[in-house]
Amino acid sequence: MFGRLTLHSFPTSPITAGAAAGMVLAVLALAAFVTYKRAWGWLWREWFTTTDPKRIGAMYLIVALVMLLRGISDVIMIRAQQAVSVGSNHGFLSSSTFQQIFSAHGTIMIFFVAMGLMFGFFNLIVPLQIGSRDVAFPFLNATSFWLYVAGVVLVNLSLVVGAFSAAGWLAYPPLSELQYSPGTGVDYWIWSLQIAGIGSLLSGVNFLVTILRLRAPGMNMMRLPMFCWSALGSLTLIVFAFPILTVTLTLLALDRTLGFHFFTAGAGGNAMMYVNLIWAWGHPEVYILILPAFGIFSEIVPVFSRKPLFGYTSMVWAIWAIVFLSFTVWLHHFFTMGAGADVNAFFGIMTMIIAIPTGVKIFNWLATMYRGRITFATPMLWFLGFVATFTMGGVAGVLMALPPVDFQLHNSLFLVAHFHTMIVGGVVFGFFAGLTYWLPKFTGFMFNERLGRYAFWGWFIGFLGAFIPLYILGIMGATRRLDHYEASLGWQPLFIVAAIGVAVVCLGIGFQVLQLGYSIWKRKAHPAGRDPWDARTLEWSTPTRPPFYNFAVIPRITSRDQLWADKQSGSKPPAPEYEDIELPNNTPMGLFIGAAALVLGFAIIWHIWWLAILGLLAIITLIIVRLTTDDEATLTTIPAAEVKKLAEAEARA
Amino acid sequence: MSHSETVTETTTKTVFGFWVYLMTDCVLFASLFAVYAVLHNNTFGGPPGSVLFSLPYVLTETLILLTSSFTCGLGLLAAYRQARNQVMAWFSVTFLLGLSFLVLEISEFSRLIHDGNGPQRSGFLSSFFTLVGTHGLHITAGLIWMIVMMLRINSRGFSPANLRRLTLLSLFWHFLDVIWIFIFTIVYLTGAIPQ
Repeated sequence: MFGRLTLHSFPTSPITAGAAAGMVLAVLALAAFVTYKRAWGWLWREWFTTTDPKRIGAMYLIVALVMLLRGISDVIMIRAQQAVSVGSNHGFLSSSTFQQIFSAHGTIMIFFVAMGLMFGFFNLIVPLQIGSRDVAFPFLNATSFWLYVAGVVLVNLSLVVGAFSAAGWLAYPPLSELQYSPGTGVDYWIWSLQIAGIGSLLSGVNFLVTILRLRAPGMNMMRLPMFCWSALGSLTLIVFAFPILTVTLTLLALDRTLGFHFFTAGAGGNAMMYVNLIWAWGHPEVYILILPAFGIFSEIVPVFSRKPLFGYTSMVWAIWAIVFLSFTVWLHHFFTMGAGADVNAFFGIMTMIIAIPTGVKIFNWLATMYRGRITFATPMLWFLGFVATFTMGGVAGVLMALPPVDFQLHNSLFLVAHFHTMIVGGVVFGFFAGLTYWLPKFTGFMFNERLGRYAFWGWFIGFLGAFIPLYILGIMGATRRLDHYEASLGWQPLFIVAAIGVAVVCLGIGFQVLQLGYSIWKRKAHPAGRDPWDARTLEWSTPTRPPFYNFAVIPRITSRDQLWADKQSGSKPPAPEYEDIELPNNTPMGLFIGAAALVLGFAIIWHIWWLAILGLLAIITLIIVRLTTDDEATLTTIPAAEVKKLAEAEARA
Repeated sequence: MSHSETVTETTTKTVFGFWVYLMTDCVLFASLFAVYAVLHNNTFGGPPGSVLFSLPYVLTETLILLTSSFTCGLGLLAAYRQARNQVMAWFSVTFLLGLSFLVLEISEFSRLIHDGNGPQRSGFLSSFFTLVGTHGLHITAGLIWMIVMMLRINSRGFSPANLRRLTLLSLFWHFLDVIWIFIFTIVYLTGAIPQ
């Protein structure tokens, strides 16, 4: 009846049981609070069923930031364990718990934090920057979001029912095969990623079409804001890379669930094929995440330097060079596979070449700052921190692109330090810069600058403290994923420094939480206004907060930095000619599809086949119902007169 | 913006979006082809393709599917002329052809499994069943979609939304045809060559 699910599936060890209980209590407390505030109806009408990309974007950010806290708590446990588990002391975590924690950390940080923040930014910013009222397929957008949430729920459910994967964040076989990981952990990993990944793929198609088809009149491609160019590069990579992930996860699931032999050690399987496939997706994934961060910096640096972006055209070419080259470097993740000197040399050289367009971008930003009137607001601090860390990590990466060097450093903490420098120093700093820069547009109030600066310094110093020791440890021979080592190796002092670094990062996070709370408390005193940073692009031309239709009149584009050009010319815009606006209705169907996908994933993980069939049938039925609805039933038209009234009320406010 | 303008815009946007989706599906099949290319010799003592495949059988499947693609095209042309009876007739023929393709494929699969040459037998057979089966799943989805569309057109006629969805369905169907050509060539034709 319940497949593999029995009472023994619930956690018994104090640490996991405590974490599970804490999480369940937090969810219950939240539900109680919503009930107490009688806010369920409001949540349902205004948020859960919305098709407005601004609201969907906000929900992405909230979920991703909550998951960031979960990922950070994993880090604290990892580093605390490694700081104390030396010699006769075995620390406070068992090996199997430790393995689950580092697997969960990587999975959560990449798929549910970085990807979530990225799609949050796409939803919030892309339509506004291109002068559009919506994305190309609003219902699909909501569905993508709820599939992402289904993945998030599934990954957290593993804390309460069963266990998470202990096979690392990419679950290499044969370890991740049934023979060596017989529990439900790897299945949780597969299905949470599969469901969220399909959501990402659909979003990729959606936003690609949005940028290519919904630009305001006059915005030709070479007038596209650089964040949208970066998003377009990232979306192209999603469209080409995520199907590979879908296939790879499906094949691993077939091996584990139906006894196929794709990656098994016997019967003609080929485990190295998995490693090739996962990195043919995984390396583009790195650029999927970093390109939007590059785009954020390309928006921030000109605004805070009071100069147009230096080398716009070369920026565009650099993005597309990165997009292309990112598919030609995947093998550098496993030079030690033994593909031979020629193959390794090819991928080593391609890896070094990809540093060139990246360097072009760094120099363009620096040239933008050159002779600019720079304001060192918090977003700019994140940028400067990024330049330092990202360049350092990039140089470490070029070093490892040499196959002989990589043979020494493969699987060492040097590698861990390298990619964290890229992802924390690049992606995370970029997204934090974007949050401080753009959030006032959507909250309507400014964030406290002083606390923001403290948060930056906490993150920056803590980050260096946490990862510079890992570079050294890696060269000393420390491998990744160790839960115990001998005292005679002399590693402990550096591990302790790294743990202190994490504590300083936590201080930075504390300041961020404080900044959020304090700014909400003082929101009346610091209204953001339309254009608090004296910015250059269209999103700052709308009222704050942007109305649900974004633009009462679709703007005509004549310049790359349209808002800046309008402000400089000082010419009054012509009297607006309002027209009818068609916008999609709210619909709960996206949420229902996400919920059915969650049921389907859970049922497959636990081999509850009747429930899996029900979940699948529910998804098919929901899709048919939605796709047989007439266009008229999904759209509402706001008459021109009504638009006029709304716009004039906004202008007075 | 007049209503008809909005309808055209929605149609071009949706058709373009569907093309992008088809390209993602193309990458999905490309990955499965790559997997097949890696594993096709890993028979692990089991039978190779040259023993298992019957070319006349697969040629029949191929011709049926190609014909269904042709009738699907005729159905869409009839839809643009708003000739409801012809649309129903052509899409019924397409559906029956698609269904017989599927029946042939399923009976091939069940024969292989019955003979002990199921996907669990070897890496080669795992990749064969997954590649061809994924195409079959797509065909199944196409057939369900076709029934839904015929019912819709029967009850609601040729609304812009219905015409648009019919265009997408026919794109999908032709796409599956192209994929099958690759399966026929790479899996069956080259596989049937004795080692």
